[in-house]
Amino acid sequence: MIVTLVVELEDKPGQLLRVIEPISRLGGNIISIVHDRHRISPLKRIPVEFVIDIDSDRFDEVIGRIRESGIYIRSFNEVRLKATASVLLIGHIIHTDLSDTVNRIDGSGFAEVVEMHITMPKLNAPSTALITISAKGKKELKEAIQILKGVCSDKNITVIEPLNEDAYD
Amino acid sequence: MIRVAIFGFGNVGRGVARALTNNRELIEKKIGKFEVVAIADSKSSIHGDVDLKYAVEYKLRHGRLPSDVKADELMENVEFDLLIDTTPTDVFTGEPGLSYIKQALSMGKDVITSNKGPLVVAFRELFRLAEKNEARIGYEATVGGAMPVVKLIQRELAGNQIFRLRGILNGTTNYILSRMEREKMPYSQILSEAQELGIAEANPEYDVKGYDAGAKLVILANTAFSFDAKFSSVKIVGIEDITPEAFEVAGEKGYTIRLVAEADSRGKLEVSPRLIKMTNPLAIYGTLNALLVETDLAGEVFVIGKGAGDRETASAIVSDMVDIYGRDNGH
Repeated sequence: MIVTLVVELEDKPGQLLRVIEPISRLGGNIISIVHDRHRISPLKRIPVEFVIDIDSDRFDEVIGRIRESGIYIRSFNEVRLKATASVLLIGHIIHTDLSDTVNRIDGSGFAEVVEMHITMPKLNAPSTALITISAKGKKELKEAIQILKGVCSDKNITVIEPLNEDAYD
Repeated sequence: MIRVAIFGFGNVGRGVARALTNNRELIEKKIGKFEVVAIADSKSSIHGDVDLKYAVEYKLRHGRLPSDVKADELMENVEFDLLIDTTPTDVFTGEPGLSYIKQALSMGKDVITSNKGPLVVAFRELFRLAEKNEARIGYEATVGGAMPVVKLIQRELAGNQIFRLRGILNGTTNYILSRMEREKMPYSQILSEAQELGIAEANPEYDVKGYDAGAKLVILANTAFSFDAKFSSVKIVGIEDITPEAFEVAGEKGYTIRLVAEADSRGKLEVSPRLIKMTNPLAIYGTLNALLVETDLAGEVFVIGKGAGDRETASAIVSDMVDIYGRDNGH
């Protein structure tokens, strides 16, 4: 299963490792880690969001071990992302606020950007990114791609979609 | 005796003349005797009992045909049964082929065309006109050259519900994309090489902007589905924005990029670059064309072949001749 886990970390070295270690020890695969330095908590802790692919039997143990190490867990939820598609973007992806582009998908509540690979050949030349989106189902996946296309159309970014049968593997 | 008029005497028209010369015996076995009674290009013509070899050689040597008589006059004054239209394509007006085809059909003459324009502009209108005048239209050569797609849909898959068509319908863009994939060279460099090799036109816009594939998609969609699709209803994105890096990034996930033309029974009409798995049958290389037809009874049927070239286009035209007149001869 794929789980989103949000922890709050103190802004000092070695904190991230205390979360990563139990996850990898128990066979979890970390799909993404997002630091959100703009939303520092009143206790000056930084929220960090992990998306993890892990065996459901082992997840409770991961949570237990992270808590034991003194890390504050803000929330976790099973996303149940069942449909996945990769979409290629070509254009000024970074200069047109990449985090906004990603947030528009993540903010949908039914889909997330789970992987991204960007290449930038030259400064000011168009970049290329392969974005992998996971959603609760095929319908939601299609909707998420429509959202992405809308955002990219405004930002003058070319979107190359997969053929349908390639989208759900 | 089938009397044939050929309008348009560029590469394709001359390819037809050569095919009719070289394969005359084979063709006549299937359709009976035929003779070419008129050939016209944009400014000149030849008519009577035309010697095809002479006509081809004359045109190549002089850039024109011997007589000043115009195509319009031939249409009015020469008795013929079949018009082979190989005039240049204009997908926006359909001309000059559209007027010739309409005129021929109105007179009850059969028409075989390699010209996409008239069918893109007036598909249903032409078939209504043909039906009214008991004439027949063959247009296998308009899509995919030698690749048998029109008759596949019309005949071989007759009785199937067709859900979707997906194809690589333009060899030039496929050549550019497959070289970008393999050699990681920029689009502009491969395009200029393709122009030197004669694979891409001096003005490549028609191909690389996706218009050619869009025109062929309109013809295929109208053949497969009951709607009267127009060129303006096709959503078209060309290949000009694609970078060599795009292939690198896509390749790491097992994808490549091809210009895919797609139509479905719900009215979707789209030509756009798409990510496709390298294992997908549409991930073809070079100047090849391919079409994947999804049906209820036959499942998926896939055809691949040479989409362009004067010989391949002539093959489709001759196949239409055999199809139309072979039936008259019990073949």
